[in-house]
Amino acid sequence: MIRRETWQAWALLLPALLLLVAFTHWPAVATLIDSLYTTPRGSRPPRFIGLENFASLLDDRVFWTALRNNFIYAAATIPASVILALLMALAVNTALPGRPLLRMAYFTPTMLPMIAVANIWLFFFTPDYGLFDQVAGLFGLGRHNWLGDSATALPAMIVVAVWKEAGFFMIFYLAALQAMPPDLREAADLEGSSRWNFFRRVTLPLLMPTTLFVLVNAVINAFRLVDHVVVMTRGGPDNATTLLLYYIYETGFRFWDTAMAATLTVVLLVLLAALAWLQFGVLGRRVHYR
Amino acid sequence: MSTTQSTGAEVRLIDVTRSWGSVTALGGVSLHVRAGSFCVLLGPSGCGKTTCLRIVAGLDSATSGRVEIGGRDVTALPPAARGVAMVFQSYALFPHLTVEENILFGLKARSVPAPERGRRLARAVETLGIGQLLARRPGQLSGGQQQRVALGRAIVAEAPVCLMDEPLSNLDAQLRAEMRAEILGLQRRLGITMLYVTHDQTEAMAMADQVVLLRGGHIEQDAPPAELYARPATSFAAGFVGTPPMNLLKLAPDGTVAGAGGPVLGEGGARLAGIRPEALRVGETGIPVRVTHAEYLGADTVVACQAGESRVLARLPGRAALAAGTPLHLAADPADIHLFDAETGARIATRDR
Ligand SMILES: Nc1ncnc2c1ncn2[C@@H]1O[C@H](COP(=O)(O)OP(=O)(O)OP(=O)(O)O)[C@@H](O)[C@H]1O
Ligand SMILES: [Mg+2]
Repeated sequence: MIRRETWQAWALLLPALLLLVAFTHWPAVATLIDSLYTTPRGSRPPRFIGLENFASLLDDRVFWTALRNNFIYAAATIPASVILALLMALAVNTALPGRPLLRMAYFTPTMLPMIAVANIWLFFFTPDYGLFDQVAGLFGLGRHNWLGDSATALPAMIVVAVWKEAGFFMIFYLAALQAMPPDLREAADLEGSSRWNFFRRVTLPLLMPTTLFVLVNAVINAFRLVDHVVVMTRGGPDNATTLLLYYIYETGFRFWDTAMAATLTVVLLVLLAALAWLQFGVLGRRVHYR
Repeated sequence: MSTTQSTGAEVRLIDVTRSWGSVTALGGVSLHVRAGSFCVLLGPSGCGKTTCLRIVAGLDSATSGRVEIGGRDVTALPPAARGVAMVFQSYALFPHLTVEENILFGLKARSVPAPERGRRLARAVETLGIGQLLARRPGQLSGGQQQRVALGRAIVAEAPVCLMDEPLSNLDAQLRAEMRAEILGLQRRLGITMLYVTHDQTEAMAMADQVVLLRGGHIEQDAPPAELYARPATSFAAGFVGTPPMNLLKLAPDGTVAGAGGPVLGEGGARLAGIRPEALRVGETGIPVRVTHAEYLGADTVVACQAGESRVLARLPGRAALAAGTPLHLAADPADIHLFDAETGARIATRDR
């Protein structure tokens, strides 16, 4: 016989469970299944083809470009945004006049929707009239089509992402810095520790839990944040700014190749899972939690 | 004693003030702590003890006035250049470092060579008996053990002056008594100058060579414990020191206890008569009182009585079985009666003393 508490517990869990299953678990499983079938077209029903979709990915040049772009994008945005966030947090954690204003200024990009951010930067990057070209003009440099040149388009995307993300990560660092007891600093001062020594030997290790959290988020965002690509370049020129998620979007919703899109999604998920496992496994062991 | 033994340096505060806007934490404090002595800063909460200590350490700067350590003006020097070590009330141990790394943190920062570091660590470990804790983190230690590690970190610096801000307030009564003896022994052995903050007068009486009693940012009395006990300079000092502290009785114009009568304790007027509870005895004559409550403490009994408008505590030997409401006469030797100005609280010199 089922005990009363048992079915009460299930009843209480049911609403959340239903939502989770309907919108998270089932779609994930469905994606995995879809990746093993062909795309249904017209009257043709999907047909089971095993790992053939994955095999054809290996021959897909755009897939490899997207993967390479995404790794470059991640390798640049993650360290840049995390280090910048830490520097900004250290800067606004000291007693400066106008500190609240500075904090707000750093945080503003985070509050803006990515579409709005992309529009602002679209203006910055405009040839001739844009902020970059106007500044470059002051130094006598010629015009440059930042988004139209396949050499500078991806770096431009990276700059926008860093600008958007650093402020967000700064908040976590700032909170962690403020939670650090000030007497640690005073004890170190009395012991003759230099500022740099204190930062390296005390501040940085004590910030490790925050760093791990921020890093995990930065990695996820490096594969997730593609709104600005949609607005600014649509993956161009010549796929120079095609990132994995953007390629999934194109495959699924422009070419309606749902099976391939599902296959790409599975690849992305496996990639993210591997990265998360790596971070918690390698970094997690070196983190000191209080 | 080895030749590298650190020895104390004298500490001098000259008319030091500290204020934050309209809040004055210290209003003109001058004090002199002799080299190698144990000085306790005593006072109620908020009187400026911590502020005073932090100004000596250089963690806070004085609004005006001068600080000298070992005859050198250090007012403008940073904390590290003053030759002081400090034990914080919170211990301020680095939570991610082991006990050993915590103790050696300052020596590494100052690039003390490894053999010298090893020597100092070994000595601190032996002195404090923390050998088995070296590989642990602060989170894995009890309060008393953390306290020892904080002490260890302070003594390996071999600074001539050691500052402590209520270092025992987080410990239980038993451990507190133990550590009290240990800190005092350590100070004597190392010969360093100690500036020790507490709000516990028994701690001050037990440890100090010199007690500096602070009140509202001013020095109320600066004296050795025996003098603080025997000749309190103000009614505040009288009421702060002793367990239980001195009774303060309001005097009527005729010099008797207001509302109670009895013998003349001193010239009347706006005066307070101070009598220690242990100086009172039950007699045929004396201040007429009525018992309100008796507390048996083992060796003696503290009897609370009402004498006119004033409450009186008397410490009577042995077990005094006195029911509430019992009328008594409490007598004291004239030498044990202290007189204070009721307005200013200042001690009034009497003929014989
Ligand atoms: N940073 C500050 N800003 C403003 N006022 C302060 C500051 N630090 C201390 N004070 C004030 O100065 C006075 C003395 O403070 P202090 O910390 O020296 O007291 P204390 O004697 O150590 O008390 P406690 O026994 O409670 O530790 C208090 O009235 C306190 O409110
Ligand atoms: Mg204090």
